[in-house]
Amino acid sequence: MNTTSSKAIITVIGADAVGIIAKVSGKCSEFGVNILDITQKVFETTFAMIMLVETDGMKIKFSEFSDEMKKTGEELGVIIRATHEELFNVMHHV
Amino acid sequence: MLNAYDIIDTIKMIEEEHLDIRTVTMGISLVDCIRGSVKETADRIYDKITKKAGKLVPVAEDIGKEYGIPIVNKRVSVTPISILGGAVDSEDLTPLALAMQRAADTLGIDFIGGFSALVEKGFTKGDIRLINSIPSALDLTRNVCSSVNVGSSKAGINMDAVKMMGKVITDLAHRTADRDSIGCAKLVVFANAVQDNPFMAGAFHGVGEPECVINVGVSGPGVVKSALEKAPNADLTEVSEIIKKTAFKITRMGQLVNTLAAQRLGVPSGIVDLSLAPTPAVGDSVARILEEMGLETCGACGTTACLALLNDAVKKGGVMASSHVGGLSGAFIPVSEDEGMIAAVRSGVLSLEKLEAMTAVCSVGIDMVAVPGDTPAEVISAMIADEIAIGVVNTKTTAVRVIPAVGKKVGDEISFGGLLGSAPIMPIRTASPAKFINRGGLIPAPLHSLKN
Repeated sequence: MNTTSSKAIITVIGADAVGIIAKVSGKCSEFGVNILDITQKVFETTFAMIMLVETDGMKIKFSEFSDEMKKTGEELGVIIRATHEELFNVMHHV
Repeated sequence: MLNAYDIIDTIKMIEEEHLDIRTVTMGISLVDCIRGSVKETADRIYDKITKKAGKLVPVAEDIGKEYGIPIVNKRVSVTPISILGGAVDSEDLTPLALAMQRAADTLGIDFIGGFSALVEKGFTKGDIRLINSIPSALDLTRNVCSSVNVGSSKAGINMDAVKMMGKVITDLAHRTADRDSIGCAKLVVFANAVQDNPFMAGAFHGVGEPECVINVGVSGPGVVKSALEKAPNADLTEVSEIIKKTAFKITRMGQLVNTLAAQRLGVPSGIVDLSLAPTPAVGDSVARILEEMGLETCGACGTTACLALLNDAVKKGGVMASSHVGGLSGAFIPVSEDEGMIAAVRSGVLSLEKLEAMTAVCSVGIDMVAVPGDTPAEVISAMIADEIAIGVVNTKTTAVRVIPAVGKKVGDEISFGGLLGSAPIMPIRTASPAKFINRGGLIPAPLHSLKN
């Protein structure tokens, strides 16, 4: 199983509000995380923003970045998760 | 490229459907810890476990954060202690269990398994010492788990061991009576025990295993139930397909965690155990999956058939998702650890006899079942004999983890808290099997042809 990808997925789930993208991308730039793609979708009743990012130049440990994102979510009243991309790859691709 | 729906699907499984990794278990061989003195052996055990598993908890926690997957338990399994126990200068092996407990405290792990003996064909000196030490060892420790394998399809059933285990269980229940007889929740009696099981209480590091290895146990009953809820009118072929697909996803996550943990700890990656392991939390129940298939209550006629379908589909879906499948791999039906099972027992629909039938088609056995505290030891032994016979004849693992709750009667409940949950006391038939149990000897291995 390949576990070497340097890409990660940031998901923001909850009510849409002004400034979410600004805040999350601000944090990404602060920690040296490069944003590659952003999608927004409404799933049934849930608003979701999905960001594909590159973590090669990340200045802190991924687990710390993940904590930072969680904290940012709490401040904004949404759930933010930063997760290595492989999790989704292995679960949804044979 | 990843599909947004797939990403949200995974997040929902974790956030809403209790998907988690139940355990990352490090198996450690203790064979090189054998010394002549029990104290020296205990010291070597402590040193080796804390050295090998020193980074287990931080590594598992990092992986949990980086991948957004809750890793509920970090555990260690060790060489069956009876193998070490034959060499030491003490009849009492409790000091070795205390060394395991000290190591567990230092590491901050949840459970440590392997205070075990394999006696399906007879006893060594170490086996006898270990079995006699179980009541005191499990009374004086909190996180140490014990197992005894009393039968196998190749060897038959050691009925002398079955008789001993009935007494050990009742003794242990009395010793821990002030804690709802919790000692018995940490002791399991097996047929066809597996050597790479990451789940407790039955985990031990078998003699065929490498020096050190990482095994992972997944969870996920809530995910399976939720997938079935979306197809209320599907026929059973479709139901099986849905379960297979869900099991595939769950197991892939387990395989990923296994690979990562092994890499970061610098030890070989072992097996992924496909078992659907429930918890007492609402929405994380195997019983509720069976009810979702169309039973009013788990325990109704049809329960065994539903469970057989579930167990088989979980294996079929999971086996392709993992490089090495092992352990117990199936659906667990522990009563106290499953909210739906507890409700089914309370309602009077799920009986001990039905549970016994269910164990013929799933992993593992009569698990976390509480019976009245005054149940005679020979009745417990006979209950074990029945369950072991099912495993031995059907070439599968079966087990008994029964709690004769001291001072409690049918209708009362006991509560352990945490993953061990709470259990209503179930009625058990008490017509005496004493003469049968007291005969002793071995039940010969069954014929493996003329299958009927």
